[in-house]
Amino acid sequence: MDLDGVTLDTWIGRVGGLEERPVVPRLAEFDCRNNRLAQIGLQQDGFDAAVAQARANYGPDRIAVLVGTSTSGMEHCERAYRQRDPRSGALPGWFTERYSLNLFSVADFVQRYLELSGPAAAISTACSSSAKVFASAARLIEAGYADAAVVGGVDSLCLTTLYGFNSLDLLSREPCRPCDAARDGISIGEAAGFALLEGPGRARSGVALVGYGESSDAFHMSSPDPSGDGAYAAMHFALQRAGIAPREVHYVNMHGTGTPANDRIEDRAIFRLFGDSVPCSSTKGWTGHTLGAAGIVEAIICALCVETGLVPGTLNLDRVDPAFASRVAADAETRDLRCVLSNSFGFGGSNCSLLLGRLA
Amino acid sequence: MSAVHLESVGVLGPGLPDWKTTCRVLDGELPHRPEVRGDPDLPQLPPNERRRVPKLTRWALAVAHEALAGAARAAGDVAMVFSSSSGDGEIVHKLCEAVTSPEREISPTMFHNSVHNAAPGYWSISTGSRQRSVALCGHDASFAVGLLEAIGLVLSEQASVMLVACDLPFPEPLAALRDIRAPFAVALLLSPASGERALARWKVSLGAGPASARFPHMLPAALATNPAAQALPLLAASRASVAQSVSLVYAGDRHMTVETAPCR
Repeated sequence: MDLDGVTLDTWIGRVGGLEERPVVPRLAEFDCRNNRLAQIGLQQDGFDAAVAQARANYGPDRIAVLVGTSTSGMEHCERAYRQRDPRSGALPGWFTERYSLNLFSVADFVQRYLELSGPAAAISTACSSSAKVFASAARLIEAGYADAAVVGGVDSLCLTTLYGFNSLDLLSREPCRPCDAARDGISIGEAAGFALLEGPGRARSGVALVGYGESSDAFHMSSPDPSGDGAYAAMHFALQRAGIAPREVHYVNMHGTGTPANDRIEDRAIFRLFGDSVPCSSTKGWTGHTLGAAGIVEAIICALCVETGLVPGTLNLDRVDPAFASRVAADAETRDLRCVLSNSFGFGGSNCSLLLGRLA
Repeated sequence: MSAVHLESVGVLGPGLPDWKTTCRVLDGELPHRPEVRGDPDLPQLPPNERRRVPKLTRWALAVAHEALAGAARAAGDVAMVFSSSSGDGEIVHKLCEAVTSPEREISPTMFHNSVHNAAPGYWSISTGSRQRSVALCGHDASFAVGLLEAIGLVLSEQASVMLVACDLPFPEPLAALRDIRAPFAVALLLSPASGERALARWKVSLGAGPASARFPHMLPAALATNPAAQALPLLAASRASVAQSVSLVYAGDRHMTVETAPCR
């Protein structure tokens, strides 16, 4: 793998050039790998311009900022620990807790970068973090605390997550192979993604958040519940909130990490709710598992699916696990997709499913 | 804005061993004595679970159990919002030491305990609750940021919500960079309806400019450095027999106004 001083036998998804792209001078104190990644995310696809327009429409204090992250500036903290004073043990003077390590750093950075002043929070529920931001934003808008929300997720590579997942024996030695009979773990990636949510009746885009469901496993901190009840409940609540039947869902973007346990349990939960008629796939073969950013990355993929009718295939899938009962899409398909579901499950048994659909 | 109702409270801090004692201190009936105690035991958990629970989670679960008992509710009926600025500093320190050592060996338990949602995770595992939960951070404003999340749940979903805010001092060398001088945890059980148990009714709004709430004068200044302890000015005002307005630190140099009125 290709990361500063890491000797693990695994594959990573690294965003190239981060090292050469510091954050803007007016926010220089926030400079760290995670906030650099956030900044690049904000500059993609005209996002910052769309937010500027929303700021003019609603006012900066009526737009919330909710950012999911699992490790924020942990990589910056690790760097600081490598430069501790050999005598006193003190951390170097360039390191601050507030602007990098603290989980709120990334939400603070995004809020200041976009010049917004509404409700703000970093949401950190491991790998469901940036799916949960959608639920929180929808509630703040419904309760009247905001008219719109910038939601997103940012997680950058660091030694803690790489060696941590390695300690749990969850890293694949090859590019991850979700749903494959021979899958053996995850490939960690880094990513930033953002979406602008506007209240009902105000949005111009063709895609809407039509439902969300959340649940807890009540089982184990790092192993998913074999019954799949928690995963099932999150999907079921999302459909219930939207008031739609399982047959009205046309595609499921799986959490699909590529670990033997996750994919097996998720397959069972999907089959229990949808049978074998709804195509499902995991896009982590392309992106890797971007942890706290996985929810937003896959929500954006799902929005594109609704817009284009694409059912993404499952990269690196040679042979679907014969024990699976749901309809895994190995290859890409095109069909009419009015409503799609995205799953995100995290450590601590934190489950979140988002339902995205086409505006009528 | 609609109102939310405070049903019950759990508190843990130096010289504030529970909500009942905290009330007497806030009411001026009992002088505050900042005694030093160890981390809570969590007698509610089976012994094998109890051993695994990391430090920050111990504090969080202790106050959550107190608030749950005070409301006579089942854990499975209550969503959890957990907010912390510090997270578990001991774990962050140990992880950073581990990954910068030549061996780079991390304990798998320490790694999964490092997630910010460890407290709601262990809460769900130990109570069997499959209710949704979320974990947040808002730096110095973590209490108010958590409160707004909880209020969003109460108002838009008519849910009963356990808000737990907890911060602990960092170990060195991180302590030199973050001034949290005393440990504190608080749990607030909030609900949409005004039941017979309701202690206070709150209406919450955000505004421009800094906060103006004064920290309760009978409590030590060290406690005021703890983001979770920003609940204390609000709890003190909620004890009053007449309506009060409290202004709390919010993110982005703004403040949160809580208008509190007694329910009985």
